[in-house]
Amino acid sequence: MRVALLVTCLVDTLFPRAGIATVGVLERAGCEVDFPLDQTCCGQMHRNTGAAREAERLAARLAEVFAGYDAIVTPSASCAATVRETTDLGVFELSEFLVDQLGVEDVGATFPHRVTYHPTCHSLRALRVGDKPLRLLRAVRDIDLVELPDAQECCGFGGTFAIKNADVSLAMLDDKLRSVRATGAQVCAAADCSCLMHIGGGLRRAGDGVRTLHLAEILAS
Amino acid sequence: MKPGEPQLRRNLHHATRGIRAKRNAVVAEVPDWEELRAAGEAIKRGAMRRLDVLLEELEAAVQAAGGHVHWARDATEANAVVGDLVTAHDAREVVKVKSLTTDEIDLNQALEQRGVTAIETDLAELIVQLSHDWSSHILVPAIHRNRSEIRDLFARELGLEGLGDDPEELTDAARRHLRQAFLRARVGISGANFGIAETGTVGVVESEGNGRMCTTLPPVLITVMGIEKVLPSWRDLEVFLQLLPRSSTGERMNPYTSLWTGVRTDDGPGEFHLVLLDNGRTRVLADAVGRDALHCIRCSACLNVCPVYERVGGHAYGSVYPGPIGAILTPQLHGIPGDADELPWASSLCGACADVCPVKIDIPRLLVHLRSRVGGSDPALRLMGFAMEGRRRFEAAQLGRVPGMRTGIGLGAWTKGRDLPPPPRETFRRWWRRTRG
Repeated sequence: MRVALLVTCLVDTLFPRAGIATVGVLERAGCEVDFPLDQTCCGQMHRNTGAAREAERLAARLAEVFAGYDAIVTPSASCAATVRETTDLGVFELSEFLVDQLGVEDVGATFPHRVTYHPTCHSLRALRVGDKPLRLLRAVRDIDLVELPDAQECCGFGGTFAIKNADVSLAMLDDKLRSVRATGAQVCAAADCSCLMHIGGGLRRAGDGVRTLHLAEILAS
Repeated sequence: MKPGEPQLRRNLHHATRGIRAKRNAVVAEVPDWEELRAAGEAIKRGAMRRLDVLLEELEAAVQAAGGHVHWARDATEANAVVGDLVTAHDAREVVKVKSLTTDEIDLNQALEQRGVTAIETDLAELIVQLSHDWSSHILVPAIHRNRSEIRDLFARELGLEGLGDDPEELTDAARRHLRQAFLRARVGISGANFGIAETGTVGVVESEGNGRMCTTLPPVLITVMGIEKVLPSWRDLEVFLQLLPRSSTGERMNPYTSLWTGVRTDDGPGEFHLVLLDNGRTRVLADAVGRDALHCIRCSACLNVCPVYERVGGHAYGSVYPGPIGAILTPQLHGIPGDADELPWASSLCGACADVCPVKIDIPRLLVHLRSRVGGSDPALRLMGFAMEGRRRFEAAQLGRVPGMRTGIGLGAWTKGRDLPPPPRETFRRWWRRTRG
């Protein structure tokens, strides 16, 4: 199956390893992956920040760049939700694509570490991916998957919210970090690098030894 | 916005979790909950579409049943109508049912200026009133107070030395204080949860029975109703009397539902006045996206799941409508641009509110829409938009080669409590070109 990778501007620029891992997982599942180099940003940030005109232009541009692909896969639940709302493209978040489109839960990964999974708001409440990421993680060999307390609570990122209302964002992050610590996990995983940037930034600042990894990075191990 | 004091945050965390759990349990036992929500949404949408017709129908029905109807464009007009009526009956004191709408127009203060004392009869409203405070939650106005604070307040304000902080004892003290007021009052004032156009029936739902007292004991009853509270027909109550209590208090049914149609000679008040209040509502109606905020039935389920509300508390929203619903309603009621333009930013867009809203208001969508109305597009963002609109510009920006990109996006606020991710050795597209190109 031929798929186009929508890597997202954030992963492209700051978290290339999540993109590389996504390519790895898709190829191992038998997909042929294309990366249209003209892609930039889906416009989510502009849209959610009220820059409606810029957002519309970016969405239209994205629709053009990805026209002609039947399946577009992205390692971001929030970008997938945006693209689904603003274009007619057939876009899937990685776990949705693997479980629903390919019918795969065991991607052949081995990851001998204690992991907790944070279901991001947009994966839960915009895309409704449910437990698909967890089903993929449960099939990983040697993984010690621990449930995150109050998992469905927002981590406090929220895009511009993290800057415009930084103190409230940090108060929400504090509670999320407390939950992560309570699991004793070495790794906190999620399906959005944006939330992971926020959670990981908090963990590093606090000097916690917990790493953040995108779901794809575990599935590609 | 700033997070509240640790004690406030603990109180709110505890209280909202409790109501949330109750709400989830009683919602889960309704097999057609999603259909009820869809029906609630459809009825409200239909009512807003025919608002002009329905309001005149309501007016005619109320008048036919012996009631009087007054139209108020804003708070000043509404307060003048109520004040004149109270003065005309020589009342120095009125008893009130908890009502957000009368809080919205500062009716109590307006009455005070005429020398009339308004006595709040809902327990939590009474606590808020006695402490010269204001409500921090739609349903639980004193959610930010704990019981020892309330004991001290009652001891001081009601002259009750030696009062304990047992909830029953506190309630009993309030009851004794209020009973005298109910029996004395010549005018009762309420808001309205519903006004039925078809029959002219007005209704209030409540838990303590104080509402029933206010709407039946005094000879004169004045109800201030927001115009968006109108429902087309009696049968619509079937939907809302299921949606509202389960969403708000987490009860299958609220203890008291008072419905009245005009006046009767043999029972209840002999004089009834309905004040229909606009106060910015038609302005909300003019916005094709934002108008969904008028569907709200004030259940407060969105407050109880909101992570921002839990941290900042109700007062941070600067209006009687706190939480997610306040963030979409207040800026529109006040007018944009206006004093509430910051409120649409008080959300991480986590979407928890939309999931619990009994009339399916897509609050995140409205927040984003209002952000564009209050002027979201700042220069840094426009610059980033520009950079994203071409591959070469984007690739230059990735390497930090667009002036203003790094300083414009508020790094200072980011690094206040979070480190930046270590910069990667190469971008993804570079890796792709190197390995696949």
